[in-house]
Amino acid sequence: MPLLEAITGKRLWRGLHVPEHKDETAHLAIRRMPFPPLLVVPLSQHNGAPAVPLVREGQEIVRGEPIAKAGGFVSVPMHAPATGRVQRIALAPSAKGELTEAIYITPYESASQEVLYGAPQDIDKMTPDEIVLAVQETGVVGLGGAAFPTHVKLKVPAGRKIDTVVVNGCECEPYLTADHRVMVEQPGEVLHGARVAMRALGAERAVVGVEDNKMDAVAALKKANGSATDITIEAVPTKYPQGAEKMLVKVLLNREIPSAGLPSEVGLAVFNVATLAQIGDLLPSRRGLIERVVTIAGPGVTKPGNYLVALGTPLRWALAQAGCTSHVSQVILGGPMMGVATGSLDVPVTKGVTGILVLTQDETGRMHPCIKCAACVEACPMQLNPSRLGLLARKDRYEEMETDFHLMDCFECGCCSYVCPSNIPLVQYFRVAKQMNRERKARA
Amino acid sequence: MTATTVLAVRTSPHAHSTRSVEKIMANVVFALLPICGYAIWLFGISTLALLLATTAAALGTEQMFCRASGKGSTIGDFSAVITGLLLGLTLPPGLPLWMGALGAFIAVGPGKMVFGGLGFNVFNPALVGRAFLQAAFPVAITTYTSAKAVGRFTEFVPSTLAWPFMKAAPITEWVARTKVDGFTGATPLMLQKFDHVTTEPWSMFLGERAGSAGETAPWLILLCGLYLIIRGMMSWRVPAAMLLSSVVLAQAFHMADAARYPGPLFVLFSGGLMLGAMFMATDPVGQPVTPRGMWIYGILMGTLTVAIRFLGGLAEGVMYAILLGNALSPLIDNLTQPKTYGERRKAVA
Repeated sequence: MPLLEAITGKRLWRGLHVPEHKDETAHLAIRRMPFPPLLVVPLSQHNGAPAVPLVREGQEIVRGEPIAKAGGFVSVPMHAPATGRVQRIALAPSAKGELTEAIYITPYESASQEVLYGAPQDIDKMTPDEIVLAVQETGVVGLGGAAFPTHVKLKVPAGRKIDTVVVNGCECEPYLTADHRVMVEQPGEVLHGARVAMRALGAERAVVGVEDNKMDAVAALKKANGSATDITIEAVPTKYPQGAEKMLVKVLLNREIPSAGLPSEVGLAVFNVATLAQIGDLLPSRRGLIERVVTIAGPGVTKPGNYLVALGTPLRWALAQAGCTSHVSQVILGGPMMGVATGSLDVPVTKGVTGILVLTQDETGRMHPCIKCAACVEACPMQLNPSRLGLLARKDRYEEMETDFHLMDCFECGCCSYVCPSNIPLVQYFRVAKQMNRERKARA
Repeated sequence: MTATTVLAVRTSPHAHSTRSVEKIMANVVFALLPICGYAIWLFGISTLALLLATTAAALGTEQMFCRASGKGSTIGDFSAVITGLLLGLTLPPGLPLWMGALGAFIAVGPGKMVFGGLGFNVFNPALVGRAFLQAAFPVAITTYTSAKAVGRFTEFVPSTLAWPFMKAAPITEWVARTKVDGFTGATPLMLQKFDHVTTEPWSMFLGERAGSAGETAPWLILLCGLYLIIRGMMSWRVPAAMLLSSVVLAQAFHMADAARYPGPLFVLFSGGLMLGAMFMATDPVGQPVTPRGMWIYGILMGTLTVAIRFLGGLAEGVMYAILLGNALSPLIDNLTQPKTYGERRKAVA
């Protein structure tokens, strides 16, 4: 009975329906983008220690070959995105504004996009620990935007047991359809990656959660899965921010990840579909991550689509390929809800870039005092009280925000700021409050 | 895009819903207009003049306070218009205009701007104004004229044009002269309380009766309120809780002593309950923000309304019920903080 299902079925209770803007790119097949004249490969494209360069200036490198090694366990190596020459190793701008060290590479003209580097390996004969190291060697990190090294999550913490792998195919951010296309075009790789994760973690099953605005992706995954029972594919009603892992595990399995805790505390490990697709694709042939699917969209783009972009491609080149309108107000890496606005087009595409969004309108409404309409309270997926937090932030009562109102549970999904009719920049208030508390603790 | 394009760098989120304070307030004004229209049809040009007087005074007061405080004008957010209209709708149709204007001044001045303007006031401004008028002019505010009076579109109720602080012309003679058969100047609540005459609930539902200018037609108020709820402009929990709790409590009283206490439908359709529940209890500024808090707040106000009507000395209790609810709402908020996702229960020492 559909009505009963609508009431009792799995769904995200809080959160929002935001305009999706996915139609213009969801049906477009992934296209390969040509190499730019200069690639800028930052050594820190992930969370954790930066990679350590293995190459010198002037050295010739082959597409796919390691050019930097992991700087520790919570770190990953980098691989050459194109055959060419190392121009220099120097600072480069990043989306967040600071300069980070990067390897500049001049690809050879007419360099092939074929990858010759690599050697087959038999995953079935590997122990879980060997899989963890092999995944680290691929350089794969969370491709959903978090860029946390994936192999770290494949190691079961001492004393814990992982029973289920959760595969995140929600892609709840507006405009983005990169994961959608990956699921439609590479469902086998996604499922293979999921099985590698299950083996490494000793999990018996995996659940793939896909929002129901991508039924073609659900169909493709189900077809690829055939009659296998270790992996189930579930369509969940579309709602933002269902793609946040805390939300997805609650919807799919009714488990809550404890505050400041990890999914492993409730027996789960969560991976994004694009991450698993890369593992499923790279691991059997022992190759490294050198490119990723990026959605380039927004009102300022003339040829929107999903592009397979070599890591290190500067935004300026990527946007030139996708075409831009004459007026551009903002360029955002990621989606409109949680993405980072960049001030420079010299910033390169890195492993955590899910999309490049080009906006043309630049308006902010007038700010009013909080009228206590409670829209933010209704929207907050963490069931916080953003209204009260915002009022406390205005009075600089940052400590109270943390001790009494769960400030640290906020993951900055943006729902409260989005709905606020008074245009109060709540998320920004909370970022400042978190930082002030961090600084206070550092002084103490 | 040119080489010199300057990109705006702002923090996320980079999208915003189209709902704004101005839009919410404008929608409330739209929702109030049919109620104003009906009030004018029922009570004539005196009511039109009263609504204009309260609204103009509310806007003027807000503008004056904005100028005095050196801040930019806030009359563009429409909240003063709502206060003015709502105050006018809760007043007897023949109230002297100067009293209405004074009430609007009290509502917006001491009731709102003194606290810091929209969002900072504790009480619903319109009801602050009305409570002041009730205390200052107890006779005038309980002097009702009958609905559909003859000539209501061509002449004012004599009391309407009274000079400030002058004794208003008595209107008993005017009421008797213009009365249409079947209509009286007494409200159903007063008839019930003081004369023990219970008006039939469904005739009250249709609205052709004496009362405050905008409170008489529950069906219309309900429709206008539902419009706002469906548009997502106000909370549904508060009116639902307030109306349901008053109905349940009234039913309990009615079952205990049917001769003394009227039934739940009478309670629901009489007085200002519908207008209060839909348009004043839902004033976001005075309500708790937590979902559980909204239920408690609504139930508290519904209970108080019935308690004042049945057990107190006043015929009507909606106003004081809402003002008391406003006063308690911060406390309710504090006691009903939601359990957060993944909250760790504190270990018992």
